Amino acid sequence: MSERVLEIKDLTLQFGGVVAVNSLSMYVDKGEIVSLIGPNGAGKTTAFNAITGLYVPTNGQILFEGKKIIENYPHGKMKKLYAGSENGKYKERLEPTPDKVTKLGVARTFQNIRLWKTQSVFDNVLIAKHMRRTSNVFTATFRLNAAEEKKQREETAELLNILGLYQVKDQNCTTLPYGLQRRLEIARALATDPKLLLLDEPAAGMNPQETLELTEFIGRIRDDFKLTVCMIEHHMDLVMNISDRIYVLNFGALIAKGTPEEIQSNPTVIAAYLGEDKNA
Amino acid sequence: MGFFQTNLPYLLAGISTGGQYALIAIGYTMVYGILRLINFAHGDVFMCAALMVIYSASYLPLYVSVPVAIVATGILGFAIERVAYKPLRTAPRMSAMISAIGMSYLLQNLALYVTGGLTKYYPPIPYISDSIEIFGAMTKRVTVITPIVTVVLIIALVSIIKYTKIGIAMRAVSRDFETAQLMGVKINSVISATFVIGSLLAAVGSTLFFSNYTGVTPTVGGMPGLKAFVAAVFGGIGSIPGAVIGAFIIGICENLIKGLGWTTFSDAFTFVLLIIVLMFMPTGLFGEKTTDRV
Amino acid sequence: MDKTKKRDLIVSLGLIALIFVVVAVLEKVLPTTSMLFTVLKKGSIYALVAVSMNLLNGFTGLFSLGQAGFMLLGAYTYAILTIPVEARAAVYQYYDGGIVQFSVPVIVGILLAGVVAAFFAYLIGLPVLHLKSDYLAIATLGFAEIIRAIFQWDKLGGLTNGSNLLRKFPIFHSTLFPFAVSALCIGIIVMLINSTYGRAFKAIRDDEIAAEAMGINLAHHKRLAFTISSFFAGISGALLAMFQTTVQASQFKSAMTYEILLIVVIGGIGSITGSCISSFLFVASSEWWLRFLDNSETYIGSLHLGLLRPGFRKVVFSVIIMAIVLLYQRGIMGDKEFSLTRIRQRLSGLFKKKKVQ
Repeated sequence: MSERVLEIKDLTLQFGGVVAVNSLSMYVDKGEIVSLIGPNGAGKTTAFNAITGLYVPTNGQILFEGKKIIENYPHGKMKKLYAGSENGKYKERLEPTPDKVTKLGVARTFQNIRLWKTQSVFDNVLIAKHMRRTSNVFTATFRLNAAEEKKQREETAELLNILGLYQVKDQNCTTLPYGLQRRLEIARALATDPKLLLLDEPAAGMNPQETLELTEFIGRIRDDFKLTVCMIEHHMDLVMNISDRIYVLNFGALIAKGTPEEIQSNPTVIAAYLGEDKNA
Repeated sequence: MGFFQTNLPYLLAGISTGGQYALIAIGYTMVYGILRLINFAHGDVFMCAALMVIYSASYLPLYVSVPVAIVATGILGFAIERVAYKPLRTAPRMSAMISAIGMSYLLQNLALYVTGGLTKYYPPIPYISDSIEIFGAMTKRVTVITPIVTVVLIIALVSIIKYTKIGIAMRAVSRDFETAQLMGVKINSVISATFVIGSLLAAVGSTLFFSNYTGVTPTVGGMPGLKAFVAAVFGGIGSIPGAVIGAFIIGICENLIKGLGWTTFSDAFTFVLLIIVLMFMPTGLFGEKTTDRV
Repeated sequence: MDKTKKRDLIVSLGLIALIFVVVAVLEKVLPTTSMLFTVLKKGSIYALVAVSMNLLNGFTGLFSLGQAGFMLLGAYTYAILTIPVEARAAVYQYYDGGIVQFSVPVIVGILLAGVVAAFFAYLIGLPVLHLKSDYLAIATLGFAEIIRAIFQWDKLGGLTNGSNLLRKFPIFHSTLFPFAVSALCIGIIVMLINSTYGRAFKAIRDDEIAAEAMGINLAHHKRLAFTISSFFAGISGALLAMFQTTVQASQFKSAMTYEILLIVVIGGIGSITGSCISSFLFVASSEWWLRFLDNSETYIGSLHLGLLRPGFRKVVFSVIIMAIVLLYQRGIMGDKEFSLTRIRQRLSGLFKKKKVQ
């Protein structure tokens, strides 16, 4: 019996009258690579945003390592507007801010790269270590945390080394080519010591060669860092190559789930997604 | 009835001040809607309008000098935009704002130089500066005229924005600056028009305001300007109806506070009100809710 | 790498020491009434408040306009607590000598000035720090105005002396005093900015959402930056009180905040040395260098300059500011710091080019 890292139950996100995610239930087990696919606007990123605490779900529950971390039910204005199902099943309001979720061990990357643009490659990773500090503002200002600072710098250097970014560590992050910027975002996420890594379209904008490299890279970091990975992706070769399981979303709702083979032969998926866009 | 009687003058004064603030606030909110710029110099444009009336009135009859000053203020607004903001169109937002503060500084110092630091007095304008009696309360006629003028001008403005070509262009630009530009909207003329309209309204507001409070000093635009800006934020900056409603609320509250004998706090109260509103509605009464796209 | 850093640090400290020596010598040589000392005193005080504002606006990306209010809190705290007991009856003549009947040493007074400003900043930060850019600006500006009104309220006269002046508190005579206090405070701010917290602040400035997603608690860090910035604004308020020898709430208007913001932007948002340099330049040009423009008796040869009369200096000054704002959009320093290494590299670069030619 494998350990359940992430479990999402009946997750619904509704903005005004628009249901972006509709009663999504899914899970990710320890060590798995799970992909979330679906056409644009299917609600994949919105689901990620809910898992990481950026958006508050309208209804549903999210558990991390068996512990309830996020829960909500339709209240206030949403009470009347709510169009999803499972109303009344959840009773609690648990809305942690994103930093709290990250602290538990969930790290993410962004679809549209969000590096800290004025900072060097090195500092982008180093800043992500800030969360694991033991210093407070006084000890940090007066350099009483020198040992910790040194350790963080060493760890950062090591991480950059592993990810092949050490040579460019002093460059401003915006000067990197696109592929390396994506890789830096992953490095930054890894610096927070995550157990679960959420990748939002890691291969977006990459050519087939780069995508192939990335496939290998994701597999490698999963093993090296003992990670569990959940990713949103459009490149089907990447998804089918690497995923243990796949969830397919369309118009906010789950339309299929299973292993890559099952998904590839699933008629609903083919109709909704693969059939329309064979090149994706 | 007694309460009504004692507070009526303050209520009337409040409606009147509110109307004057509304005329200034529109200039703030329109510029913000289009350029996302807090035009700190707007309060000083308001002051300059008054000085122009004062100086031109010594050569020209009032019925000429007031319209001339109003038109000149429109030109001033146009010139300020061309000199101080246009060169910074692509610069970071902070630069334009600093330019606005610098412009405000320049206008105040110019006024200081021209007036020699002496308080100038606004000429009484026949008819609107006359005293009248309403429900047993003595007041100047301007108190009654202001809300009417304000409402008429706002209706005119709303019609311009709704039905004319430039108005449609304005709405397009405030919705999405870049797309509007790509669609062939002449950004520069839209922005100029915005500044001209804002300044014209401020000039009218200034005529009404200083018919009531006649002393004009170089920094006199500061407080009414700031309050009009607060009114614009209060209503949700960028929204014209918001600015107008905000202005009336602030004008009335401020004068009622004065009526209660808390004159020290009449300015501060405006801000208390603002902060309370912002605590519950972080983008004002009618402001657009912003959600960050991830 | 580390070696050059260490060398740079030593050189910078040496430079600062040199500046102190020069000022000390100047004080011995020049008459104490020289405008130079006025400019140096006020310049150093403005440098501190400008750097504290830069910490917020430039390094944390919080657009706050409350600086004058926190300076007011600092100035009043210092004045109220340090007026000698025997002078209180004269100062608080309309309020029976006031309600505070003790006084604290100067250094304690300055520290408490910072603490009180920081405490109020903490309270104010709770409701307003989640507001976005311009809304935050106007809310903080509003708080500064509210504070000003409260301090002028005659019901609090026993404490604040209402709208009357506070005076007779200890002041400084030597320029070295504000220099030392400002240098110490700015040094601490620089150390903060270079620490792990400073890096977190910059992350918030660059991308708030990414910062939060990487585990940086936004509310906590924003409040921290706001409180610390206000602490130093409070201290500079205390220094300003000492410089002026009197304190009155009516002078801490929003115009003062605008002035400080101008200094910050002219120096370069995100540059500490920029803020310092531009403070001195700003104070020197507004109070000293352009003073001849106010004199209507100025002649060039036999030409009488008719435009010159009181007030012209300020017009010229504001034109200069507008020119700088329009021509140097990123300020004199941009977001870089003044460093000898860079100048050396520049110079050697020039030299090399010449050699090639």
